[in-house]
Amino acid sequence: MTDHIETDVVIIGAGPVGLFAVFELGLLDIKCHLIDILPKVGGQCAELYPEKPIYDIPGFPMVTGQGLVDNLMAQIEPFHPTFHLNEMVESLESIGTPEAPLFRVKTSENGTTFTCKAVIVAAGGGSFQPKKPPIDHIEDYEGTGVFYAVRKMEMFRNKKVLIVGGGDSALDWTVNLQPIAKRLTLLHRRDAFRAAPHTVEKMRSLVASGEMDLHLGQVTTLKGEAPVLEGAVIRKDDGSEHIVDCDVMLPFFGLTMKLGPIADWGLNLHENLVPVDTEKFETNVPGIFAIGDINIYPGKLKLILSGFHEGALAAQKVHRYVYPEKKLLFQYTTSSTSLQKKLGVAA
Amino acid sequence: MGVIHVTDRAGERHTLEAIEGWRVMEIIRDWGLPIEGLCGGACECATCHVFVAEDWLGRLYPPTDEEEDQLDTVVTKPNSRLSCQILWTPELDGLEVTLAPTGA
Repeated sequence: MTDHIETDVVIIGAGPVGLFAVFELGLLDIKCHLIDILPKVGGQCAELYPEKPIYDIPGFPMVTGQGLVDNLMAQIEPFHPTFHLNEMVESLESIGTPEAPLFRVKTSENGTTFTCKAVIVAAGGGSFQPKKPPIDHIEDYEGTGVFYAVRKMEMFRNKKVLIVGGGDSALDWTVNLQPIAKRLTLLHRRDAFRAAPHTVEKMRSLVASGEMDLHLGQVTTLKGEAPVLEGAVIRKDDGSEHIVDCDVMLPFFGLTMKLGPIADWGLNLHENLVPVDTEKFETNVPGIFAIGDINIYPGKLKLILSGFHEGALAAQKVHRYVYPEKKLLFQYTTSSTSLQKKLGVAA
Repeated sequence: MGVIHVTDRAGERHTLEAIEGWRVMEIIRDWGLPIEGLCGGACECATCHVFVAEDWLGRLYPPTDEEEDQLDTVVTKPNSRLSCQILWTPELDGLEVTLAPTGA
């Protein structure tokens, strides 16, 4: 069974710019749902640099990536946005007219569908996806011999498993899959691991007792007639090569960002960016807006503060689509009791 | 003033004017060569991965633990570095790097 949701606006991407758009829309009485592929809100700020200090957010001499996200979440709390995390927008279909846009949005994971009057694409660099190592023909083995995530552990029972990487994912799956695998080999480029110390210790003891293998080096080529994987050629730092027999390889190289399905939504694209005007930040499709790092226009700066500004202006035009009959009155949060009521701070 | 030499993924060598205090990633990006630099130089993504010519390798500041952690997320060679972690100074006039392949 799939859920169907009717709302004013769907925001694609719950990074800082998508979050602040909730605020600007909320002041104009516009309701929204946010969709993000990550299991948490905050986008790059939370995923790539939660601990890194940011110095160019107006009013904050210094704030960390996660700190900014936490503050934005507090700021938009009065508007009760609904989050759909761990979901990727698969399709975006226009079912209205240019004067009265209407869209159907569908997500991939559990197939939620939305009907909405405007869509705001705040997708940053695209969607976070597992980083695929640059190994020739690796795609020919994907889904049969190469997996970037473990969905069902049982799939790996009695298999010769090669895990590549040195972070938490690689080490966690090493100790979890070792008991059920026929033979497990962990491959990493150096003898240092950035994973939880007790997991690293567990792995080392399994190696010491001969229950699994640890190799240092890099995969250069895959062996076996695709799609059947039979082994991987490993090159060590000294240039020597050897083959590790394996039925499956699990590379855990972290996440990267890919444009993904955005390319299929009928939007004009310029080098993976979405061109918009600078009055409304609307794309070539009326009713679809693009704000933050994903858009491009003359003079564009990829700054979080630019994305905040873009969201505020886009909200003005969204208001015309959501409330075509209503006149929009420009107000300040400092003086407007109506805005203060919406924020829950009216005296 | 000085230059860096950058070989792109098609094997073409470009000579780029370098600016003191800039990160090598920023120089490459500013000249329009295809380097992603997704995280903007925060040492958080490894999309500015380059191979440094052997004779230059020892003349760079060695990688920090943070850089090594990021290098763990790509397929490296012994001369792998993240170009966002190489600050260009006049001593690096003539630095020779090659853009590393990117995954699909």
